[in-house]
Amino acid sequence: MSDARPAIDLAREFIESWDPATPREESLRARYDAGLAWVAQPAGLGGLGCAPEDQRGVEAAFTAAGFPDNNALANGIGLGMAAPTIFAVGTDEQKERLLRPLWTGEEIWCQLFSEPGAGSDLANVATRAVRTGDGWVVNGQKVWTSNAHNAVYALLLARTDPDLPKHSGLTYFALDMRDPGVEVRPLRQITGEAEFNEVFLTDVFIPDTDRLGDVNNGWLVAMTTLANERVSIGNSDAEVEQTMVDVVERTWRSAPESTRRRTRDRFMSLWVDAKVADLAAARMKQQLEAGKPGPEGSALKVTFARLAQELSGLEIELLGADGLGYGDWEMVRPTIVEFTGRDAGYRYLRAKGNSIEGGTSEILLNIIAEKVLGLPPEHRPDKGMAWKDSPR
Amino acid sequence: MSADLLYSDTEDALRESVRALLAATCPSERVTEAYDGDTSVASDAWRAVSDAMELAGLGIDESLGGGGATSREVAVVMEELGRVVAPIPFLTSSVIATRVLVSCGADDLVRTLVDGSAVAVLTVPLTTMDLGDLTLPTVAGGLVTGRVHAVAGCELATLMIVPALDGTVLTLQAIEPQSGSTSVTMRSSFDMTRPVADVGFTAAPATELARGADAESAVRAGLLAGGAMLASEQVGLAEWCLESTVAYTKQRNQFGRPIGSFQALKHRMARLWIAVNSARAAARNAAVLVDAGGDEAAVAVGLAQAYCSDVAVLAAEECVQLHGGIGMTWEHPAHLYLKRAKADQVALGTAAHHRVVLAEGLTPT
Repeated sequence: MSDARPAIDLAREFIESWDPATPREESLRARYDAGLAWVAQPAGLGGLGCAPEDQRGVEAAFTAAGFPDNNALANGIGLGMAAPTIFAVGTDEQKERLLRPLWTGEEIWCQLFSEPGAGSDLANVATRAVRTGDGWVVNGQKVWTSNAHNAVYALLLARTDPDLPKHSGLTYFALDMRDPGVEVRPLRQITGEAEFNEVFLTDVFIPDTDRLGDVNNGWLVAMTTLANERVSIGNSDAEVEQTMVDVVERTWRSAPESTRRRTRDRFMSLWVDAKVADLAAARMKQQLEAGKPGPEGSALKVTFARLAQELSGLEIELLGADGLGYGDWEMVRPTIVEFTGRDAGYRYLRAKGNSIEGGTSEILLNIIAEKVLGLPPEHRPDKGMAWKDSPR
Repeated sequence: MSADLLYSDTEDALRESVRALLAATCPSERVTEAYDGDTSVASDAWRAVSDAMELAGLGIDESLGGGGATSREVAVVMEELGRVVAPIPFLTSSVIATRVLVSCGADDLVRTLVDGSAVAVLTVPLTTMDLGDLTLPTVAGGLVTGRVHAVAGCELATLMIVPALDGTVLTLQAIEPQSGSTSVTMRSSFDMTRPVADVGFTAAPATELARGADAESAVRAGLLAGGAMLASEQVGLAEWCLESTVAYTKQRNQFGRPIGSFQALKHRMARLWIAVNSARAAARNAAVLVDAGGDEAAVAVGLAQAYCSDVAVLAAEECVQLHGGIGMTWEHPAHLYLKRAKADQVALGTAAHHRVVLAEGLTPT
């Protein structure tokens, strides 16, 4: 079912009848129920079933009206990864129950994927989920979990059948982080902050109604999630955020060091690369919209990481003596992470993670080489072997 | 940044027919002959391109008898010409000189370029992106005198467009090089598929095309179009280098496995793919924006040139290296690409030159 009237008209109408005195959460729930959360999604689930392009106008109308936002930056994994996955494989009951509080930001999500023994080799996940009655009992350890300390739900990838080859015995779940068997310990990183955590799971119970997708089909679901990572729904905030080149360009304009010819050329090389990367990203978006998706997202991330690192490194040099300070090293546990936030020292250190998180640059280059260029795959001694027998 | 950076169906179709034509007329064995003094490949290929497909007039307005295409389509032709290192004066005549003449309003001369029977060249060194501090020939009483070095596109030229100074005023003079007062000395060139020549004028009779601001903006328009289209040539060239390298490393076995399965090589090719893809976005952007002129066009072309020229060189160098010994041979076409890419890198301003110009745009004055 889709309303014949344009989404933007419905949004304006909704805003007109909205009382700014309405409490924040209530306003957001009402917006969701009016189908104006992510307009491309089906009616009844926060959408109107209209074209994805309509989202931008609707978003702008709400922003202009001073409508409370759903704090999308604090729930990037929820909106960017959990929601598309639930839309893709969730049952009607799951969609009904999970999506609304996810979108309003009442329930923050995190992602329990990586483990000490399963980083780049994600399919090597060892956390076990064992069937019991009407649910599953989960034991294991997860790591690098951003936002686990704020999350109400987690996307969990766990091993349900160790007798199958490693990609085949995995199942995907929504895990309630309030379960008493969930222990979240902060992991402090080189910036001094603790953005991410270790998560210990001890006899955590998950009802079968929180399983996402079929049993032992978790790898495929996880790949859907990862493919969706960059196609965010209902969130245009990422587009207005300043980029690293903007920040460093500002520093460059005022830094005496930038009058040196070599420094200028170094900066301009990076500036050119960054502007071309923007064009490459725009071109990828156009390809996606034309229905020609490709693995170009991997390429963009490799470029983005390199530029963020080189630009932030150059910025400290531009600042000279001013670059020797550092805000403070206090261990805070941030809710929102901005790569371009804080000071130059923080930006430089945080950027080091860009080529590691969400797939290392090396793994992404493998993906390009094998999936795009069709080069022969890496040697994999565990191929086809039962997971429990594979070398680790 | 809302320019449409994809290829349209029309452009894909154009590419397909140009590629087929060039496969027949510019096989690498024939292109290589240009290095051993056989220039017939250039004239044969030029005839094929201009007669069979009327490409010489592709970007010329329909009212002047041309194909009426925009730089978007012309850029697709340039990509294909780059892919085979076609030894024809398309960039110098059909892009740069044509744009200069159109800008001068020299409609009658533009009409002669449509079918390729006339070939024009703007007589500036191939390295020129702006006239800046070049020493130009002078004109007095309708006669041009002076020398210009390293001019590309002279080999088939029947019309020279000569930037010449009348006192301190820039003018553009049309000269037919057949007359005895014009000398064209072809040089043994680093890139024999786009050889350069030294051109001399001794009281050569000329017809004035433009002067002052008109002449300046005509030259600027020509070189800007040239920069934009050169970026697409570089994309096509780089794409061929990457494709042939990937194909070779898949079938070349050492240590009992294809060398393309080694991560050290895979990562080099993956990085190159990222660079070529980015170059394509930059070149498409320049091709879309160049026709409108103005600051936006200048930045788009500067960006494309600052990026694509180095990518083409990288691609050609990787192509030679990853082919191993065979890449070093005269027989394998990799050297054609390396020589063109390296010459293209200094053509129409080096990347460093373009970065300086872009930096001036960034610094508030």
